Amino acid sequence: MAAEDLPSQFDVVILGTGLTESVIAAACSRVGQSVLHLDRRNYYAGNWASFTFNGLLSWIEQYKNQQEVPITELEQVWRSLIDEGEDAVPLSALDSSISNLEVFCYASEEEEKEEEMKTPLSSFQPVNAETVSEEANGDSTEAHDTVTGDDTTASDAKTPNEEHEVSEPKEDQHTSDISEPSQSQEEKESQLSSSPADPTVEVQKKITYQKLVKEGRRFNIDLVSKLMYSRGALVDLLIKSNVSRYAEFKNIGRILTYRNGKVEQVPCSRADVFASKQLTVVEKRMLMKFLTFCLDFEQHPEEYQDYTEKPFREFLKNKKLTENLQHFILHSIAMVTQHTLTEEGLKATQHFLRCLGRYGNTPFLFPLYGLGEIPQCFCRMCAVFGGIYCLRHSVECLVVDKVSNKVKAVIDTRGQRISCSHFVVEDSYIRDEQRQSTAYRQISRAVLITDRSVLPSESDQQISMVTIPPLESSAPAVRMVELCSSSMTCMPGTYLVHLTCSSSGKAQEDLAPVISQLFHVSTIPGEEPSEGAEERSKPAVLWVMYFNMRDTSALDSSSYSLPSNVHVCTGPDDSLCSDYSIKLAESVFHHILPDEEFCPPAPNPEDIIYDGDGPQAKGPGFDESTNTEADKSLAEEEGATHEKSPSTENSEPAEMDSVTQQAPLDMTPASEE
Amino acid sequence: MHGRVKIKSTAQQEEEKRKEKEKKLKAFVSARDAVLKKRSAGEHDEEALQLTRQLLSSNPDFATLWNYRREVLLHLETLREKDEVQKLYESELHFIEACLKVNPKSYGCWHHRTWVNTRLPQPDWTRELGLCDRCLSLDERNFHCWDYRRVVVKASGVSVEQELQFTDRLIGSNFSNYSSWHYRSTLLPQLHPQPAPDSAPNTSPSPTTSPQFHSHRVCEEQLLKEYELSHNAFFTDPNDQSAWFYYRWLLGRAEREEMISCVYVSREGERVSVAFSKPVHAQSEGLMLVLDGQPQQVEWRSTHPRLRHSPVWLCDLPPGSISDMSNEHNLTIHWTEKHTHRDCALYTGCAESWCRDSATNLELFRSELSVEKSSVLQAELQSCNQLLELEPQNKWCLLTIILLMRALDPLGHEKETLAHFQTLKEVDPMRSTYYSDLCSKFLIENTILKMEYAEVRVFSLSNKNLTTLCHLDQLLFVTHINLSSNQLLRLPPHFAMLQCLEVLEADDNAIENLEGLYHLPKLEEVSLRNNQICKLSDLESLASCTKLTRLDLRGNPVHRTAHIESELSQLLPRVTALSL
Repeated sequence: MAAEDLPSQFDVVILGTGLTESVIAAACSRVGQSVLHLDRRNYYAGNWASFTFNGLLSWIEQYKNQQEVPITELEQVWRSLIDEGEDAVPLSALDSSISNLEVFCYASEEEEKEEEMKTPLSSFQPVNAETVSEEANGDSTEAHDTVTGDDTTASDAKTPNEEHEVSEPKEDQHTSDISEPSQSQEEKESQLSSSPADPTVEVQKKITYQKLVKEGRRFNIDLVSKLMYSRGALVDLLIKSNVSRYAEFKNIGRILTYRNGKVEQVPCSRADVFASKQLTVVEKRMLMKFLTFCLDFEQHPEEYQDYTEKPFREFLKNKKLTENLQHFILHSIAMVTQHTLTEEGLKATQHFLRCLGRYGNTPFLFPLYGLGEIPQCFCRMCAVFGGIYCLRHSVECLVVDKVSNKVKAVIDTRGQRISCSHFVVEDSYIRDEQRQSTAYRQISRAVLITDRSVLPSESDQQISMVTIPPLESSAPAVRMVELCSSSMTCMPGTYLVHLTCSSSGKAQEDLAPVISQLFHVSTIPGEEPSEGAEERSKPAVLWVMYFNMRDTSALDSSSYSLPSNVHVCTGPDDSLCSDYSIKLAESVFHHILPDEEFCPPAPNPEDIIYDGDGPQAKGPGFDESTNTEADKSLAEEEGATHEKSPSTENSEPAEMDSVTQQAPLDMTPASEE
Repeated sequence: MHGRVKIKSTAQQEEEKRKEKEKKLKAFVSARDAVLKKRSAGEHDEEALQLTRQLLSSNPDFATLWNYRREVLLHLETLREKDEVQKLYESELHFIEACLKVNPKSYGCWHHRTWVNTRLPQPDWTRELGLCDRCLSLDERNFHCWDYRRVVVKASGVSVEQELQFTDRLIGSNFSNYSSWHYRSTLLPQLHPQPAPDSAPNTSPSPTTSPQFHSHRVCEEQLLKEYELSHNAFFTDPNDQSAWFYYRWLLGRAEREEMISCVYVSREGERVSVAFSKPVHAQSEGLMLVLDGQPQQVEWRSTHPRLRHSPVWLCDLPPGSISDMSNEHNLTIHWTEKHTHRDCALYTGCAESWCRDSATNLELFRSELSVEKSSVLQAELQSCNQLLELEPQNKWCLLTIILLMRALDPLGHEKETLAHFQTLKEVDPMRSTYYSDLCSKFLIENTILKMEYAEVRVFSLSNKNLTTLCHLDQLLFVTHINLSSNQLLRLPPHFAMLQCLEVLEADDNAIENLEGLYHLPKLEEVSLRNNQICKLSDLESLASCTKLTRLDLRGNPVHRTAHIESELSQLLPRVTALSL
């Protein structure tokens, strides 16, 4: 929408299209507020966004080229729009929420076709592998660089006989050759001769960097990696507000954990416990008994009251659970730390269990096409109810009334003055001058594209959630989500892996050790290559990106010196779910509109009465409808809780019926539970 | 408030819905009438298909319409080429699929689908299996689909292995689905049958071979895997009955082989009693009696007119044929139907004679679980005891332990068994009567075993909380019975099998029915103090016991009946010692 056409007055102006801001926008618009929703970027969802591979590459470019724009003549423009008795509060033009961004590419940069032609031509250059890896070592610290090299020919030379027997080029073999430059010739040969026994390695086709770029549109790479608890605040809100109709979801198929150097499946549902091969029958009984207790632990205070002041870990020990079970419960089910207190641990376990079975065998859902869909769904809802959207459009400064110390208006980047009664803004737009506290934390993130799953199973189309307990006592626990191509986030034949932890340093420092444990990374400077066979059983990393994201979730309104009708939305937190952001949106909404319901169910399109709908609008039905609205707000004034208002009760049947399962369902959807 | 989206009110919506419904109903009724009219006019055309299609897609349970549709299709089939017939029926399958979405449990749909597949020139069974899988993934208890699947599997010749994998998958996703466990139990014996025993099955079994007939058994290697599978299920959820039932099946529910277990001859009564291992209907079984080489024309009768199938049958020999004590006689009972026979010799000077296997050899009462080797059973008992330690209140576990103990050593485990029964009655009061009856059964079995070891003809089981009587066919030779101080309510018709009974003590029970005291030729003395006999008519059956002379009825409500003494002396004139 052209900026010149913007109306000059809105009830609420919202800057930033992250999840919290988008939910607020939808909620305000839904109850009849006029909403202007802006974002300085050219994409929706801010730090919640999902990018295609190529989109991500340009995002990386943008990040690298970003610099503080000097105060230009634009300031002259907006200074002139400030009247007497008004103050101007400028906003930041620079987004500093992302830092330490680093990219490494391990996929071959060759053209695919070329490669296929070369394979049968065996040349004799046995030293090639070494040269290549040296090059790679030198270059790989540079962002965006690729391990290149004539690796095909290098290994061809060593296995001329086998080439004739095997029609597919042994591409994985080549990759590992590069990573092991110091390996002796003998070792290499034994490795090669053993390779025909492993058919999965051979059948797989190597994915080149070219291929990633070519198929880049199939990727939807999230900046923030989160899952949705099937009974969490986000799912509840999606159902309640009918926003769920704009998105599709897939179950997380399994929960894995990394333990004793191995990736194992965590038995969490009844079916998992039954099928688990790593638990003894007695352990199965103990686990089920404990989980059953957790489901309604409040009913049995005698079981845990001696431990309320002690860590959950000690409680588990006291329950005489085996070490296996303690690990599963602490790290993968409750997902708490060593120090979490018993009651909190029990609550976390209970929440996990209550979410089981609603949509599948794990408690989690993931939106198809990536998490970035979710803020956009709320934006769409906002737009349906009249919200106005402008991307690449920001606010230069706020116009504050000196007397009331309230924002009267904003001046946008095109120099237009737009008055508003409330201003909602994402934290990254706030200048340091407006901050009382800059004590925010950081999230460490890594995004990997790999060639196979960390735990191959019958179905290669499963989303896996992997909990990785701290490798050392000082290291943070890492959460990993492995997305398959049917989640519409990566191209077939690859997996998109997200790692997240709260930072103790740079993302790469935090996460690279974990990655090298779980994955085969062709070349890491200074690292000695490990045993070939073991290394090859791990998925190979084709591409990896590290970055830190600012976690401002600990900040509240006291952390900013801003007028009272400016509401700051902190960015994504480091937790697995989005509950924090949803709760924040709800509280901001109630600040703005204390008497309104938060995201009541959107009506079906056929039930909406449009102006000029003639007889209907003026008929008795119209009166009735206004009456019910009045009744509703009356009920709210009397303190009726939102959950109990009549309109939300109807929302249960309108479940999220678009959860896609492994097999497409032609039949009627299964009723819940 | 301005700016709000205006939404139609509920009253408005309801009115619209009502109108819509009315409209739909009207359309449905008129279409239905049109179809029925066409059918009675014998019109079998495309239009008929179209009309029934409309109706059935909104209500797939209208059986008449499916019938009409079949008539039309059969007619159209005659008019078309083979290719077109294939297409016609394929589109029919698509249509049924749409109807199944409306009601996945529609009898009409599934039946029609089966029919269509029989008409289809080239049925696509893979697609049908896929459909079944989808339906079962939505509702694994849809028995219509299970039935249809059986048809598909049979027609398409899916291998047993594949089907077993199918049950693996279903059990893996929900082990509470008994349909899958049951299906598994039908597949395993086909896939992993127990190796055939050494002796050919057709030879007539000698009395020393095991009386257990092992049908539908599974080889041991596979059984061990299945035990593990069920352990996984019941350790995960010990309250789920599916796995327990399957487990009980695994442990072996052998049927006893049909055979003549005993022949008894009484010189005085000139009567032969034959006991079988299972209740039979002797008149239709081709039973033949040969006395000293001469086939005899005898009439077989069961011990009580109410028992048409009975484990004990009687016949009277021609008068005088064996009454002379100085003669020796040889009897043979031929069971022609089962190609088996049994001999019995009545020696000089003996008043009676019998021929039977000792109960200890027969393992009479352990048929429930005893097919399995005792080492395996012992291991299973350990597993269950391990679970019981974790779940001391679990009824399935307790019951299984009881059964295992009985299979292993019924006498050695008697005390523990009784304790477990006590717990069972406490944790599952709804079924306490069932447990009492089962406990009674086991106690009677144990007593019979003990009696066999002691080689006596006295059966005494007083003060044991018996609630029911069973295995009375095993008490054919017993002369004295003591059942005092139990909780018996009746002496059932089976009681009439106690052909040698002379003295019955059943004081302090709650007996109100004496049906079973019927034609007991040797019964002399009956003591029924403190029971619930109320009416004179309850005592009528005693009149058939011709040797009864002593009867004790003290403490029964019947004594309040007017003129009871005179009535009784009229009913039972031979009773000389009557206590009221």
